[in-house]
Amino acid sequence: MDGFVIFINQIINGIQVGSIYALVALGYTMVYGIVKLINFAHGDFIMVGAYVSLFSVPLLVRMGVPAWLCIVLALAACALLGVVTERVAYKPLRNAPRITALITAIAVSLLLENLCMLLFSSSSKPFPTVFNKSIFNLGGVQFNSITLITIVLSVISMILLQLFVKKTKMGKAMRAVSEDGGASILMGINSNTTISITFAIGSGLAAIAAVMYCSAYPQVNPYMGSMLGLKAFIAAVLGGIGIIPGAMLGGFVIGLVESLTKAYISSQLADAVVFGILIIVLLVKPTGILGKNIGEKV
Amino acid sequence: MTESVLKVEHLGIAFGGLKAVEDFHLEIGKSELVGLIGPNGAGKTTIFNLLTGVYQPTEGAIYLDGVPMVGKKPHQMVAAGIARTFQNIRLFKELTVLENVMVSFNHTMKYSILSGILRTKNYWKEEAAAQRRALDLLRVMHMEDYADQVAANLPYGQQRKLEIARALATGAKILLLDEPAAGMNPTETTQLMDAIQTIREKFQISVLLIEHDMSLVMSVCERIVVIDYGHIIATGTPFEIANNPKVIGAYLGTDDQ
Amino acid sequence: MKLYVNQKTAYRSYVINLIAVVLVFLLLKGLMSAGIINSYVAGVCMTVMINIILAASLTLTTGLLGQIALGHAGFMSVGAYSAALLVKHAKDSGVVLSTPDGITPAGYGYFLLSLLLAGVVAAFFGLIVGIPALRLKGDYLAIITLGFGEIIRVIIENVKFTGGAQGLSGIPRLASFDVVFWLTALIIAILFAFVRSRHGRAIKAIREDDIASEACGISNTYYKVMAFTMSAFFAGIAGAIYAQQMAVLGAKTFNFLKSIDILVIVVLGGLGSLTGSIVAATGLTILPEALRSFSEYRMVIYSLALIIVMIFKPSGLFGNYEFSLTHLLSKLRRPKSNTPAAGGESKQKEVTKA
Repeated sequence: MDGFVIFINQIINGIQVGSIYALVALGYTMVYGIVKLINFAHGDFIMVGAYVSLFSVPLLVRMGVPAWLCIVLALAACALLGVVTERVAYKPLRNAPRITALITAIAVSLLLENLCMLLFSSSSKPFPTVFNKSIFNLGGVQFNSITLITIVLSVISMILLQLFVKKTKMGKAMRAVSEDGGASILMGINSNTTISITFAIGSGLAAIAAVMYCSAYPQVNPYMGSMLGLKAFIAAVLGGIGIIPGAMLGGFVIGLVESLTKAYISSQLADAVVFGILIIVLLVKPTGILGKNIGEKV
Repeated sequence: MTESVLKVEHLGIAFGGLKAVEDFHLEIGKSELVGLIGPNGAGKTTIFNLLTGVYQPTEGAIYLDGVPMVGKKPHQMVAAGIARTFQNIRLFKELTVLENVMVSFNHTMKYSILSGILRTKNYWKEEAAAQRRALDLLRVMHMEDYADQVAANLPYGQQRKLEIARALATGAKILLLDEPAAGMNPTETTQLMDAIQTIREKFQISVLLIEHDMSLVMSVCERIVVIDYGHIIATGTPFEIANNPKVIGAYLGTDDQ
Repeated sequence: MKLYVNQKTAYRSYVINLIAVVLVFLLLKGLMSAGIINSYVAGVCMTVMINIILAASLTLTTGLLGQIALGHAGFMSVGAYSAALLVKHAKDSGVVLSTPDGITPAGYGYFLLSLLLAGVVAAFFGLIVGIPALRLKGDYLAIITLGFGEIIRVIIENVKFTGGAQGLSGIPRLASFDVVFWLTALIIAILFAFVRSRHGRAIKAIREDDIASEACGISNTYYKVMAFTMSAFFAGIAGAIYAQQMAVLGAKTFNFLKSIDILVIVVLGGLGSLTGSIVAATGLTILPEALRSFSEYRMVIYSLALIIVMIFKPSGLFGNYEFSLTHLLSKLRRPKSNTPAAGGESKQKEVTKA
């Protein structure tokens, strides 16, 4: 029975981390879907979101509003950051070789990390409590409110996103641009606006992920985004990059695999197992679990 | 037709449930020029892809000089003697015209990596010979003046010709030309056809030609195969084809359709 | 008939280039013995040379084959550890590798042997990774090589004989400036020669159009794996030099950020240009050292500069251009003589530099 409880706890852990990965992976996947760019700076948007929340919590508390509203501020800041990054750094390179854009994204990532290090120093800062942490007990399985909030909030975000993409006019425009940018311009879609909105939404999701992540692991430092971003990116590729449900699936898979590996195999090897699964999936199905295989027409 | 160079029997391929090509037969003799025509989407390029190993057929057999070819990879098909050009030009854009042609000699060149790095005698001998042969070929195509130019900078018509020169350079026994005159003006087309005729005579090479320009096909081909919906609907001399009601039906539509 | 492959002019250019390299060597040695280059600057020079080898080797995969690889640090680490373990073993079994006066002949021998071992082991890993990974293209290849690179790192961090997470220390410092200088020159010469052989041409053809290259009789798989394996081989050698210069190794050094550093050098220099890789490797190694007094702003400046270069010069500093000493000299000798067609010049340049 004890073993079973531990197992269930690990599963819950995995889902919690997985839903954070999924939120971040959505940003990667949406951006990739529309501009075919691996936005290496996306992980650092999480970090920026975390700093914005960190500094806004005391202000909010002083103003007498609930601390969790820092999500709104972080969301706005990240969305703005995403749009500005795209406009300034990526837009001029839309027709350049792919690798140039990739290097630029890496450079943006380095810039954000080092700017934050310059401004806030490289040491970790504690993250304040924004959600009350109460512990529930369900038949021996313990979990806390943060876990619950994280999972619920992620699922709600994903459902909203899916509705947005499928039902709204802007969502349709996003799908059209990612399918064929040139043709969608001819159909009267403003591809620049569409791309900006995609970046805004993707980066906004990173901000939500940031607050959730910091609530679970209450530390903020300039490098926190890089490994988190990398894992989420792997999640996006695993599920099939460019495909929104794929990112969610990939996020949960990576979260669960990581949590179970740490519990049952070795915490040092968790990264290797995650990468190993990525490699196997790519070799078996190069476009990811939900990806479509498209051969080049001769 | 004395002996057949290429012999294709019952060739077919299905994508999912869709049979793109079915029961395709073809025999081409030495230095024969055969046209392959049919409406858009009839399966012409698919047949080329089958003959060059890009697709693996689901049924049927391909023989080159009696040797079975099915199952070979594209580069092995080239080594065996089947070369092609592409409908949408596929040159090595950043390489020079000369280098484009020399790439095709690679499978016949022998010097090792080490030889190349150490610049041994073999390296100099083979490279010089390859260049000489490439220039000869370009001269046949009247392109020797472009030898130094980067392929991407060539005028459109010259790009098409370079593709043919590059395919020829593989030392092929049979050349598959996929709409070589597409996008050319009448003068360029005439020059191209002259070049193809010269090649056939000079290199004793067979040609299978996909082309939409009917007057061109009718004037140069000795034999024409017409396909529609993946099936052969007629085979014969240009004159026979031009008067075949089935062919006219496929192109213009018949009353019962 | 004008022939572009000309043994005589090529040999003349080899001699000219060799003289130039000897002059650079003598200049550096002169500055060293005059004390203008102190041991710190000499150390920076070593790092420059290691980075040149790394960047030049990655140019094979990224520039010549046109594929993005994000696992280069993995091959470097495999080479570094192989070499380190070999020379450490030699030292522990009582071979005198160096005395206070300098490196012994046995030390030089073991150094070269360790480089060979490092190259071969790294190439072996390159082969194992390359055969499955090279079935993918573009971003997917980038991701899968990143994955392999990280797995190599995690494994090195978790096995015993590599020193695990603590790393490896007490590696004999056998990398001497002279030997490394000539090795770097040799490796660059090898790469230039390789690029201008039929093999290099085949690999370039795959980069330009992989469907057309198959249709010209090139076995894509064979040549892709060849480029990738060679790339790993030289990365392994760079790792071996690094190990025997630093004397300590930690697996964390070789994470994917290191791979990205190398990639940045290649892209910044210009994808198709070995010259660019060499210049960028030199610049990007020296610049941070020169900016030491602004150390806090260093990385900010670096990343900003990188963004600006990428936006305004997307093809990198040198694009496809290759510097040719012979060409420069002949230009100086008869300025504005009957200039052949632009294309002819570039072709001439390529052949004569070889």
